[in-house]
Amino acid sequence: MSEQTITTSPAIGQSVARQGAFRRMLANPMGLTALVVLGVIILVAAFGPLLLWNDPGHARLDQVNSSPNAGYLLGGDSAGRDILSRLVAGSRITVLGGVVSAAVAAVIGVSFGLAAGYKGRSFDLTVGWISDLVMVLPSTIVLVAMFTVTGPNAVLVMLILGVMLAPSFFRLTRSLVVQVRGNLYVDAAKVSALPDTRIVGRHILAVIRGPLILHFVLMTSVSIILQAGFQFIGLGDPNVPTWGSMLQDAFRSIYLSDTAFVWPGLAIAVTVMALLLVGNALRDALDDVDPKAHQARKRAAAAAKAQRSTVPARPLSGAILQVDDLVVGYDQADGEIKKVVDGVSFELNAGEVVGLVGESGSGKTQTALSILKLLPTGGRVVEGRICLEGQDLGGLDEDAMTAIRGVRVAYVPQEPMSNLDPTAKIGTQLAEPIRVRLKVSRKEAAERALSLLEQVNIKDPQRVFDSYPHEISGGMAQRVLIAGAVSCDPDVIIADEPTTALDVTVQAEILDILRNLQGQRNLAVLLVTHNFGVVADLCDRVVVMQKGKVAETGDVRRIFAEPEHPYTRTLMAAMLDGRPSRRERTEVTA
Amino acid sequence: MTLVEEPVGHESLLDVSDLVVTYGRGRFARRNKLALKGVSIDVAVGETVGLVGESGSGKTTLGRAVLGLLPVTSGTISYRGRDITHLGRRERRSLAAEMQVVFQDPYSSLNPSMTVREILAEPLRVQGVSSADARSRVLTLLDQVGLPADAGSRMPREFSGGQRQRVAIARALALEPALIVCDEPVSALDMSTQIKILDLLVGIQERTGVAYLFVSHDLEVVRYVSHRVAVMYHGEIVERGDAAAVTTAPQHPYTTKLLMAAPVPDPDRQAERRLERAAVLAG
Repeated sequence: MSEQTITTSPAIGQSVARQGAFRRMLANPMGLTALVVLGVIILVAAFGPLLLWNDPGHARLDQVNSSPNAGYLLGGDSAGRDILSRLVAGSRITVLGGVVSAAVAAVIGVSFGLAAGYKGRSFDLTVGWISDLVMVLPSTIVLVAMFTVTGPNAVLVMLILGVMLAPSFFRLTRSLVVQVRGNLYVDAAKVSALPDTRIVGRHILAVIRGPLILHFVLMTSVSIILQAGFQFIGLGDPNVPTWGSMLQDAFRSIYLSDTAFVWPGLAIAVTVMALLLVGNALRDALDDVDPKAHQARKRAAAAAKAQRSTVPARPLSGAILQVDDLVVGYDQADGEIKKVVDGVSFELNAGEVVGLVGESGSGKTQTALSILKLLPTGGRVVEGRICLEGQDLGGLDEDAMTAIRGVRVAYVPQEPMSNLDPTAKIGTQLAEPIRVRLKVSRKEAAERALSLLEQVNIKDPQRVFDSYPHEISGGMAQRVLIAGAVSCDPDVIIADEPTTALDVTVQAEILDILRNLQGQRNLAVLLVTHNFGVVADLCDRVVVMQKGKVAETGDVRRIFAEPEHPYTRTLMAAMLDGRPSRRERTEVTA
Repeated sequence: MTLVEEPVGHESLLDVSDLVVTYGRGRFARRNKLALKGVSIDVAVGETVGLVGESGSGKTTLGRAVLGLLPVTSGTISYRGRDITHLGRRERRSLAAEMQVVFQDPYSSLNPSMTVREILAEPLRVQGVSSADARSRVLTLLDQVGLPADAGSRMPREFSGGQRQRVAIARALALEPALIVCDEPVSALDMSTQIKILDLLVGIQERTGVAYLFVSHDLEVVRYVSHRVAVMYHGEIVERGDAAAVTTAPQHPYTTKLLMAAPVPDPDRQAERRLERAAVLAG
C-alpha cells in the first residue's frame, strides 16, 4: 500500500457507489431496454385508465369473443368487454399488487433483519424462529383459506402476501448486517458514541442497500406472478379487471376465441421479464461486472495462444531460472493492457537465494506467479521469456506445467491457512502428492511425509500428520507447506512473503527452517518480501522492484551498504532500525 | 511493578488497574478463556505508551476494553479520575470527545458509502457542532493530516492505504480528544508509508498534547513513537519501562526472545543476532 497508488478495496461496500451503479446500469443495453419497458408499464398503470375510451366493465353482445376489430382493438372477451381496456385497467392492480406486497415484505423483513443482525442474541433467535415459522407456511393454502373467510379482497391479499414474503428479506438483511457490523467503521462510530439508530441507518443500511434493492425488484416480480395465479384460480375480485382473471376468462372460452388468452399472458410475461432483466442489470452494475469484460477475456485467451513472437536478445546463461524482459499485463474491457510488470529481467543460480523486494503494487508477486503460470484470471505474460534450466516455459501447456510445478519449481504461499484443504488431514495432503508424483506406495509416501515433518522441526510429527488444518497454528501450517514444497525434491522454491502473516517469533523459526533446508538441499530460492530484515537474514542477492520495473539488482551487502538507485535509498531511509528512540530524539531537540 | 521513569506529563489521564476480560459468556462461562489476566497500565497527559506483544497476547483486547467496545469482567478503568469501566452508551457520549481510536485496517475502518467530508463531520455533528463550523473544521483536519482540501468530496475507495489511514487519524482528531487508542495503525502499510504516518502521529502529539495508547506487534515501531512501553504475553504485562531501555536491554526472557526474533536489516548484524538468538534459546 504505497501512498501514490490509488487502490480499490474488495469490501462489500464498494458496491454502493452512489449514482455510479445506476449509471453503469444505463450503460448496459439490456438494462436500459428493460428499464424503458418497465417505465412504460408503470406509466400505463398510472395514467392509462384515465385515457380509456371503452369502459372496461361495459359488455356489448355483438363483441362476445370477437376478433380484433376497429371498435375493440384486441377483440372482446366472453362477456363482450374490450380486452384492451381491461388490460390497461388491470395493469394498475397488477403493478400495485407487486409493489405493495414487496414493500410490505421489505419494511417488515428489513427492519427486523437490521435489529436482529445488529443486536443479535435472544432477539435474533426469537425473530429467526418466527421467520422460519412463516417460511414453512404454504402461502397458497393460507390465501385460499383466507379467501373463504373474507371473500375477495385484493388489498388484503397484497398485505398477507407481503407478510409471507417478509422472511426472505429478513434472512438476507440479517446476513448482510452480520457481514458488515464487524467492520471497524462501526466500532469507530461506537467510540464516537453515535446513537444506534444513526449507526444502523448510516453505517449499516446505507452500505448494504444495493443487494436489498435488487431483492426488492425480484420480490416484486414474484408477487406479481403469485397474485396473477390467485386471480387465475378465481380468488380475485370479479368486479375488478385483472390480468389473472382475464387469463382465466380467456381459457374458459379458448375454443371460441383463440387469441384472447395471448394478451393477458403477454402482459404478465413482459412485466415479469422486464423486472427480472432490470434485476440482472442492477446486479451486474452493483458487482461492477462490465458486459464487455467477457469479450476481453476471450481476446486475452486468443492473444495468449498467439503470443511468444518476441525473442529476447539476451543469450541463455547457466542460471537455473532466467527471466528476460518479462511483461505481465491484465486485459482491460476497452482492449488496453494494464501492465503490472514491465520489462523485468533477473536470474537465479543453483543454490542461491534471491530476494525480490518492493512495496505493494511493485509487481513482485505478479512476477513470481507468472513463473509458475499461476497468474489470476485476466493476467498473462505479454512479452518476454522465462527459462527453467534452459527450457522456455512460455510454450508449455497446462499439463506440462503441472509436471513442473511442485516437482521442479515449488511454491510457498503467504497465507498458510488458506492454502490447506480444511476437509482433509494434514498427512493425506502431504502424502498424496508424493505418492502420485514420485510413484511410490501409500506406505512409503506416508513415511516420507512424516520424515519431512521432522525436517521442518515439528516435534510431534505423528500428531500433526493426523490433524486437520484447523487444529494447528498458523506457524505450524507454514511448516507443513514448506515440507510439502520440498517433498518432491524441487530445484527451485518460490516463496511469496512466507512469513508476513506470522508473529515475529514464529517468523524467526520459519526463516531458520528455510535456511537449513536451502543449505542441505542446495535449493535455489526466489524470496518475495517487503521486509528488509528477512532479506538480510536469508538472501545472497537482491532484486529491488518499483512500479513493475527493476530499480536495482545486486549483492545483498552492496545493496544495504551502498544502494545506488534513489528508490532503494528511499526504502533504506524509511527503515526504523537504528533510529534514536522517541525520548532520545526529544532530548536532542531540547 | 512500579514505574521508575517519570512520564512526560505528570497528570494521569488513563488509569487501568487489575483489568480482567474473558471471552465467551452465559452458559459456557466455565469454559471462558481469560483474554486479560489482571492488567494494570497508566497513560499520562501528552504521553505515548506503547503496548507490544504477539497475536493473542491481549494487547488489542486491552485497547478495545478501554474504548468500551468489550465488556469488562473485573478491575477498573478510570479516565481523569472518573470510573468508566461499565459506562452505558449514553454516558459514553461525553467521553467520545475525550477518547478516540485509529484502527489497523484502513480498508474496513472507513464507511465506503460516505464521502471523506461526511466521515469527518459526523462525530462533530453528533456533538452538536453546526454544519458550517463542521465544514471549516474538516478543512483544518485535512490540512493537519496532510491531505489536499479537495479530498473531502471524494470517497474512501479513491485513496491508498496510507491516505486512508490519514483520514482515519483526522476522524480521531475531529473532536480534539485527549487520548487516542492506536491499534496497530501502521502494520498494514508499506514501509516508506509507515514512517510518514508515525511522524505524522508524533508531530500531532507535539502540537496538540494528545496522549496515545499505541498498540503494536513491532518493537521498532513502538520504540520510535513511545515514551514508555509495556510488553504483553498471554494476557499479562511481563515487562514495562522506558521505551529505549525495554527495546534495547530487555529484562524479561520473553522480551529478549521478541527482540532477538526480529531480523535486522543488515546481513552481518543479522548473522550475529542469529547466533545470539540461538544462544539465548539454547540456554
